This record gives sequence, C-alpha cells and structure tokens, in this order.
Amino acid sequence: MAAKTLSIDGKPITAEEGATVLQAAQEAGIKIPTLCHLDGIYDVGACRLCLVEVAGVPKLLPACTTKVAEGMEVKTTSERLRKYRRMTLELLFAERNHVCSSCVANGHCELQTLGYSLGMDHVRYDYLFPKWAVDTTHRLFGMDHNRCILCTRCVRVCWHIEGAGTKNVSGRGTKSHIITDLNQPWGESDSCTQCGKCVQACPTGALFHKGSTVGEMERDRGKLEFIVTAREKQQWIAAD
Amino acid sequence: MKARLATVWFGGCSGCHMSFLDLDEFLLDLVDLVEIVYSPVVDMKDYPENVDVCLIEGAICNEDNLELLHKIRQRTKVLVAFGDCAVTANVPAMRNQLGPGNTESVLQRAYIANAQDNPCLPQADGIVPPLLKRVMPVHEVVYVEHFLPGCPPPAAHIKALVTQMLSGVEPKLEGKQIKFG
Repeated sequence: MAAKTLSIDGKPITAEEGATVLQAAQEAGIKIPTLCHLDGIYDVGACRLCLVEVAGVPKLLPACTTKVAEGMEVKTTSERLRKYRRMTLELLFAERNHVCSSCVANGHCELQTLGYSLGMDHVRYDYLFPKWAVDTTHRLFGMDHNRCILCTRCVRVCWHIEGAGTKNVSGRGTKSHIITDLNQPWGESDSCTQCGKCVQACPTGALFHKGSTVGEMERDRGKLEFIVTAREKQQWIAAD
Repeated sequence: MKARLATVWFGGCSGCHMSFLDLDEFLLDLVDLVEIVYSPVVDMKDYPENVDVCLIEGAICNEDNLELLHKIRQRTKVLVAFGDCAVTANVPAMRNQLGPGNTESVLQRAYIANAQDNPCLPQADGIVPPLLKRVMPVHEVVYVEHFLPGCPPPAAHIKALVTQMLSGVEPKLEGKQIKFG
C-alpha cells in the first residue's frame, strides 16, 4: 500500500494509506488519550477523548476514526484540546453515578486514570443522579449501568470477536443504555456464550465478575489481544 | 501571625478528619504555623470571624449544613473541598437517585423498616435538621477555591496542599496527588 507522509506535533512521519491518525501517532510513539478505543476491535469515535487539531479543518477530529492524508498537519496537545478533553470527562462523570469509593473498578479504572492525567480535581457540571439498575441475573457477571460511559467496547467485542451479538445499545440521549438480547435480563439471554470478553473490555466498573468488591475488578486485556492476533496473523502467541 | 485554620464536618463519615490526624508528627509542625479556630476536634461552639482557611469534609445534606456553609463562606478567605463527599457528594448523594421523595424513603428505611426496637422517625423541631431534597457537593452551593479529592484523601496529599497554602504558593495538586475513591 502507498505510504502517506504527514506531521504529528511537528514530527514528520510516514504511515500506511488507510491507517488512522491514532495508529500513526502510536507507531511514532506519540500518546493520544483514548477511552472507547481498544486494541483489536474496530473504532467508532464514541468518547471524543482522542480529539486532535488538523491544520485547515476548523472542527476537532477524533484520531481513532480519521484516516491519515498526504501533508496532513496534526496537533495532539494544545490548550483548546485540553479544555475539551477535560470537559468531555467531566460530562461523563456528571451523566451517571460514578461513585468511585464504592466501585469495583476503583484504582483500576480508565475513566479515573484519564481524570487524573488531565488534572480533573472536581466536576464543574451539576450531577444528574439518574436512576439506573444493576443487572446481576447472569450466573457469572454483573452489569452496573451507573458506571457505564457507553463506550460500546462490550458491544464491539461481543459482535466482532466473540460473534455472539448479545450486547447492544438501546434508547437515545441520556436514556441510551447497553442491553442484552431483546432488552431482557442478562441471565435470560439465549445468545450469551458466557465468554466474559465484555467484562475484560470494560474500561470502568460497569461490567464485573460477580463477587468482586470495591477495587477488586482488574482486567486482563492480554486475552483479547491473544485472540485477535491468533485470528488475524494465525499466530498463537501470548502478549508480553 | 499564625494563620487561622478551621475544619468542618458535614455529611461524611469523618474519615477525612481521621486522615487529617494521620498527618502524625506534621501536626506538631502545623500547630506552630496555624491556630485551629474551629473543628470537630477543638471545643468551639460557633464559627468565628476572619478565618484564613477552612477544610470542609462532607456533602451538604440538611438545613444545618446549608446555613453553616453560607456562614463559613462569609467568614473565610479560602475554602477547600476536603474529600470525595465535599467534592462529588459521593455516597451521601446516592439517595438523590431515588428522585423526589427520597428524604422520606431513606428515613422510613433507616428508622422504621430496619428498626429492631421502637421504630420511630427522629423529630425534634430546632434540634434535628430537616434533610434537603437533593444532597449537593460543596461547590454547588458556594464558591470553593481548592479541591482535595479522595475517600479519604491520603495524609500526604493533605500535607502537600496545606504546605503549599502556608508557604504562599497557589496550591495545585497534579497527577498522582489527585485520587478519587
């Protein structure tokens, strides 16, 4: 495939045609904050954390779904980007009930970690305090909608890697939420294979192994990477 | 002249104050630098005038909290939201999810449904303050200068913030010094 030359943060780089700005940046060792992106599954640009500035384009573009182009000039850090990233994070915290002190993912949460890296010491928006349920009908796993940020990682691993198609998104706006099968309790799902990939993919405490208590829910992303590498490269090798 | 420091305990578990006591030997250095003019750990009934800094633990849950918080804001130069309940409203605000009528339902649950002996609602006009319809973080009510999250904030973070303030530096916690939960 043809190579494209572009610059990211002033650094001249080359990337394969069809690569995303995020992939190009990662290969060049430039770190862009991400949340809905997960190595091994396709990107949807849901979280807007990876927004970057592209010279000549007035609006901000998500690095994970923007393809590289010849002569493109990308900026991954600026006061403007920092402002929008922090705003996005604060809105995520305000939209649901992210009570870190009583969350299974406390200390191992990607939302928390991003908050720290962007200096978020409080949320400026009024919390919505919506009423959401916790689905513990499944034999092995639980889903706490209070912690969900709708990144759809669980939906994508379920459809793309496992091929079960159990998880989906229902509703619009603040009513939008993750469902199993035809919006029925997870434990009554016919399609769920109980593989647990959705639990491994979740960045927050929304999906968890039953029995985990505060701070106990740690993920092993290596397993997802192992499966994807095996499928795409026919190499059955474990990640380091 | 020593800085006038206050600490106050609203809707929280007192864990942030326990963490404050975890400052251990730094407390001895601190008493040389500040005068503690109001706190759950000193015997002072009314919030005094001309306070330099007040560390506020807890969410704003009832009429008393609200009244005292406004008084504190009027009489204090710098407010610090001290711990997750003050910063995010945290666990005390979980009743907000129950919507309108949450005050009645939590009181029913705590004092009637789960009571083993003598179930009755606590009622004493002028003594037991009515609960607010919505539990709020401190900065939703008054302007707050600094935020020190954590459940509780580790003593090292408290020391970092207090030291910065006392040395006249604009306090700023970064990276690992910020912690929720």
